[in-house]
Amino acid sequence: MLDAKIPAGPLDQKWSKYKSTCKLVNPANKRKLEIIVIGTGLAGASAAASLGELGYKVKAFCFQDSPRRAHSIAAQGGINAAKNYQNDGDSTYRLFYDTIKGGDYRAREANVHRLAEVSANIIDQCVAQGVPFAREYGGLLSNRSFGGTQVQRTFYAAGQTGQQLLIGAYQALERQVALGNVKMYSRHEMLEVVVIDGKARGIIARDLVSGKLERHFGHAVLLCSGGYGNVFYLSTNAMGSNVTAAWKAHKKGAYFGNPCMTQIHPTCIPVSGDHQSKLTLMSESLRNDGRIWVPKKQNDTRRPNEIAEEERDYYLERRYPAFGNLVPRDVASRAAKERCDAGYGVGSSRQAVYLDYADAIQRYGKIELGKQGLDTADAATITRLGKEVVKEKYGNLFDMYEKITGENPYEVPMRIYPAVHYTMGGLWVDYNLMTTVPGLYALGEANFSDHGANRLGASALMQGLADGYFVIPYTIGDYLADEIRTANIPTDHPAFVAAEKEVSDRINKLMGINGSQSVESFHKRLGKIMWDKCGMARNAKGLQEAIQEIRALREEFWKDVRIPGAVAEYNPELDKANRVADFMELGELMCMDALDRNESCGGHFREEFQTEEGEALRDDANYMYVSAWQYAGTNNWQLHKEPLNYEVVKPSQRSYK
Amino acid sequence: MEHYNMNLTVEVWRQKNKDDKGGFKSYKVKDISSEMSFLEMFDVLNEQLVHNGEEPIAFDHDCREGICGACSMYINGKPHGPWAATTTCQLHMRAFKDGDTIVVEPWRAKAFPVIKDLVTDRSAFDRIIAAGGYVSVNTGNAVDGNSLPIEKEKADSAFAAAACIGCGACVAICKNSSANLFIGAKVSHLALLPQGEPERRTRVINMIEQADKEGFGACTVTGACEAVCPKEISIANIARLNKEYMNASFSSDK
Ligand SMILES: Cc1cc2nc3c(=O)[nH]c(=O)nc-3n(C[C@H](O)[C@H](O)[C@H](O)COP(=O)(O)OP(=O)(O)OC[C@H]3O[C@@H](n4cnc5c(N)ncnc54)[C@H](O)[C@@H]3O)c2cc1C
Ligand code: SF4
Ligand code: FES
Repeated sequence: MLDAKIPAGPLDQKWSKYKSTCKLVNPANKRKLEIIVIGTGLAGASAAASLGELGYKVKAFCFQDSPRRAHSIAAQGGINAAKNYQNDGDSTYRLFYDTIKGGDYRAREANVHRLAEVSANIIDQCVAQGVPFAREYGGLLSNRSFGGTQVQRTFYAAGQTGQQLLIGAYQALERQVALGNVKMYSRHEMLEVVVIDGKARGIIARDLVSGKLERHFGHAVLLCSGGYGNVFYLSTNAMGSNVTAAWKAHKKGAYFGNPCMTQIHPTCIPVSGDHQSKLTLMSESLRNDGRIWVPKKQNDTRRPNEIAEEERDYYLERRYPAFGNLVPRDVASRAAKERCDAGYGVGSSRQAVYLDYADAIQRYGKIELGKQGLDTADAATITRLGKEVVKEKYGNLFDMYEKITGENPYEVPMRIYPAVHYTMGGLWVDYNLMTTVPGLYALGEANFSDHGANRLGASALMQGLADGYFVIPYTIGDYLADEIRTANIPTDHPAFVAAEKEVSDRINKLMGINGSQSVESFHKRLGKIMWDKCGMARNAKGLQEAIQEIRALREEFWKDVRIPGAVAEYNPELDKANRVADFMELGELMCMDALDRNESCGGHFREEFQTEEGEALRDDANYMYVSAWQYAGTNNWQLHKEPLNYEVVKPSQRSYK
Repeated sequence: MEHYNMNLTVEVWRQKNKDDKGGFKSYKVKDISSEMSFLEMFDVLNEQLVHNGEEPIAFDHDCREGICGACSMYINGKPHGPWAATTTCQLHMRAFKDGDTIVVEPWRAKAFPVIKDLVTDRSAFDRIIAAGGYVSVNTGNAVDGNSLPIEKEKADSAFAAAACIGCGACVAICKNSSANLFIGAKVSHLALLPQGEPERRTRVINMIEQADKEGFGACTVTGACEAVCPKEISIANIARLNKEYMNASFSSDK
């Protein structure tokens, strides 16, 4: 039976009670306890730095050449916190409520409430580190709005919020490296978890420069290895983002939670051709001021500027007057797909909609005119002033758009289309962030915990930093307090030897195939199956087909993949092959999970289950649970269900109308 | 935007490992679309190499959005290639035309040894940050974020300096292999904020000392770094670095 270990008591007191009653480890003992942290994104860097500060001996790993380059660096829009600096009615409860509702009632109340509680501390911590958040003229912190909420609670640093937060955490981490509390292993990839007597006790990692396998012992192992959106090949994730660390843990006994819950982001630059290697996000913050539309006429090939106002369909404003362009991501993505499928798409591929800044430029121009005390001005001046404001707010995003597409978004509306962006699913964890393997934790995007079936914008950064700075320092102590008598286990222990052999056998097997097709080509084919059949819309027939197709593809991969180069050297093709092999197993599980869930909720849209208006139709009577899948051998999984009990929020049909 | 296809010759530095001498090799690529990114052109070339049973060209990259700082190619004699304020991954093929020859090399600096082909070891930058590029504030010690207002102008300048992505282009172009633009950016970011004040003196001295140890050269203010920086980090940051360093060195309470 799955036990989420949720503390007793009223929701808003659980965390404070937990903190004041959990077990502690005294400073002398902390020095003897070793913790392995896989990943140095927001979750991993904040955890490694905080645990180092507490006095634990930490070893941190990342596959990039520096911890500063983790995928978190790319986050653009912002980070939420219930500070209520704007005096617009925000509170811990409201952030909690918005997150639960935004997640379409598939997240655990206790975890989400804790997240909302610590959110304010995150901002304070980051400001103290010198994170240069945007400020108002009075010198105070500035906020903006994001999708799925009606308050302004998003803190930001232009369009580079993730970068600034990660640099803050990275600097804290490097400080601990200098103090000798953390040892950093860059260009290292964790390829196996070592489990001894049922507890996680270490890892096998590959030094990506020399190709050598290494054994590392730890009293506990933290996986902060990010999400698995790249199973779709094309996504907004960094090229290296992968599921391998989580997947190895899964195969060693950690259950996988809600694997099918993927987020498709509505505003990305559309695919331009077969050569496409990744998709670029245009931050959700652009929906604050931009208006989304398509022509009212099908297959309209005129240029956007030639289409008159009354011939445009601002379909989000039409369908969802209360939230308009700021509906949550799942709703906005499906609405775009619906319009394009119905023949209203724009651009040469017809798989795009417009995101238009013309109105915003005029509106800001007029406000600026007022500020400058000018009461009359020609249209050109208003436009110029408006463009300046837009540039200050979104300049780097507009530049990026222009570099990629060669079009100037200040003059012509941007073309956008939904793309895979984030995975709500991940390793199942309890309230302590521990997986079903004792001593093995999952933090950040790698766990399934806080976002249910759909994540609200600016909440992933919040969750990663909450997990790393403010949750794990308490919860890990509760576990390690009972481990102070466990001496370091020497790495010639048979479990380490066996785990290393498993890794080297697989690598040798991969290298020995010597087939004819590249790793990349398999990854592309997997991505196409996933996008077509387990993407924005799913149905039972497609999912069943996908499972068969993935199995066949996997078989072909293990017979015919070609990996040039050698094992004992820097070999990016081999690294990629290791990752793609795991994605191919995960893909099957995602389809199984999507097939099991006979309802639509959040990012999981089963065509068979929708309302007459085409909205997601939940089935609370039968599916109000977290799916936690246990690995049971090749092509075989056992489903465990964690029932979700809503004690405070009453689930209702989500409405943004 | 009009699209076109092109055939190109790419001269690439191939080096098996850090001990290998290395040298240029020439490759032909066909039907490259002007809509591709520079790295997507490399993807095409690498697929071609794998197909022919050759080893693909190793290069660092990850975000492909111009923000992680991993990509680092020296293209036609310029770090990150011909476009101003653009990383290699954001450079697009419409910068080239049919028949062009493109020469691609790794960053070259004593402190950035080559690992393989176009991949170099830039961990020296991490050690410079570890020497002092932070504010010493343990988790949980912070006061309310709005308790200390910061003038917008200062906050904006700190942000502009903090935009550095740690790519190393400034070092690669510098005839002295100086890291002063990189260090200046970090020192400025923290010196401009009240949070950075308590460690202002030790920070700058320790970071400069570490850079010397790593083998970066001295700065002779040629300004080449500013011109190639993909994030337009201003050379004014080097001036501030020098000022901070002078103040720190001459102050009695070090
Ligand atoms: C383009 C983009 C924009 C975004 N914008 C926002 C935003 O504005 N607001 C928001 O809240 N969220 C945003 N998100 C989501 C958010 O950025 C991520 O969910 C979050 O940063 C994930 O952080 P993480 O620490 O969990 O993982 P990551 O940052 O993905 O870090 C993973 C780490 O694990 C390491 N790793 C992985 N596998 C291994 C292995 N096997 N061995 C060793 N190391 C390994 C990597 O090296 C890396 O250090 C955005 C996402 C994208 C793609
Ligand atoms: S200063 Fe510019 S060129 Fe130098 S590392 Fe930073 S971003 Fe790169
Ligand atoms: S790949 Fe990240 S900056 Fe180029």
